[in-house]
Amino acid sequence: MDRNQSRRQVAAMKQSLFDQGLLDEQFIQLEELQDDANPNFVEEIVTLHYRDSSRLISSIEQALKERNPLDFNKLDTLMHQFKGSSSSIGAKKVKAECNLFREYCRVGNAEGCMRSFQQLKKEYAALRKKLEAYFQLARQAGPQETACRSK
Amino acid sequence: MAIVGDFFRHNLTEFLHDSPSAAPELHVLAVDDSHVDRKVIERLLKISSCKVTVVESGTRALQYLGLDGETSSLGFNSVNVNLIMTDYSMPGMTGYELLKKIKESSVFREIPVVIMSSENVLTRIDSCLEEGAEEFLLKPVKLSDVRRLKDFIMKGKAKEDEKRSLKRMRSIDCSPPPSATCSTISLPCDPSPSLLSPLSSKKARL
Repeated sequence: MDRNQSRRQVAAMKQSLFDQGLLDEQFIQLEELQDDANPNFVEEIVTLHYRDSSRLISSIEQALKERNPLDFNKLDTLMHQFKGSSSSIGAKKVKAECNLFREYCRVGNAEGCMRSFQQLKKEYAALRKKLEAYFQLARQAGPQETACRSK
Repeated sequence: MAIVGDFFRHNLTEFLHDSPSAAPELHVLAVDDSHVDRKVIERLLKISSCKVTVVESGTRALQYLGLDGETSSLGFNSVNVNLIMTDYSMPGMTGYELLKKIKESSVFREIPVVIMSSENVLTRIDSCLEEGAEEFLLKPVKLSDVRRLKDFIMKGKAKEDEKRSLKRMRSIDCSPPPSATCSTISLPCDPSPSLLSPLSSKKARL
């Protein structure tokens, strides 16, 4: 596959992620921080996000098991962190699920929390898969594709 | 006579350029418990040509500044921080509590503190500004936010430096020394060739 074709594929994939409402402006902001010296900055940040997210998801899962009653404050605090991390990478849909979860926490709706958390995990897994494919393609296409900043 | 002139000229240069960092680089202390956000803010600041120190908590920030009571404070801004940017919601010490501690310090209260938060809560914003925060930034923080902030701080710093040199110049009052080589500024002296008298008269004032 020639260079231009690869780059077009990468651009198309990125556009699709935006069209599906999975990513927002923050992702672009991060890409603009990349340059020749830091060509993989976004991927590095996203990898850090995965690490934080995995930990938080485990903690939330654990907290949801401790029912009778649920500790909504604790859940809200954990979700606040998860939301922050998601927001920082531009994970639009996941962020929306976080907000929904927190609403359920606020009104003390345990069922709502559980349901919304299941949905959130699905969204998170889906985005993660797509981003991994995106970064792999981007790396193959060469650093010029994602590095937008001229020095 | 020429030696006296040289001596005063040398001190004059030191007077006017008393700040060791003649380089215009801003040193920013960033505080955030999120690893992702720490990495991002560090990158934003580095791209904006700032020197960055990042810590993960308010406690660490106070330690760094020497305000934690563990190390005896040196009584001045030895780490030369020009701006502090802190997240609001952090476990342990919140950004608001950190802000208060900084404003309580005689050494650091003049340093601008910026609060960052993902939540647009008016009461929160108000209390931070009331407590002396320079600005309240909504997360995620953008490059344009950092650039704007930097410009603002640099202007303020330039004004401060100018004020300080003017103050120094005004506080030195006397007749010009007999040697005409350096009399753009008056220096504390009586025309006696002995170099001890300006120094001792200074000491007496202290």
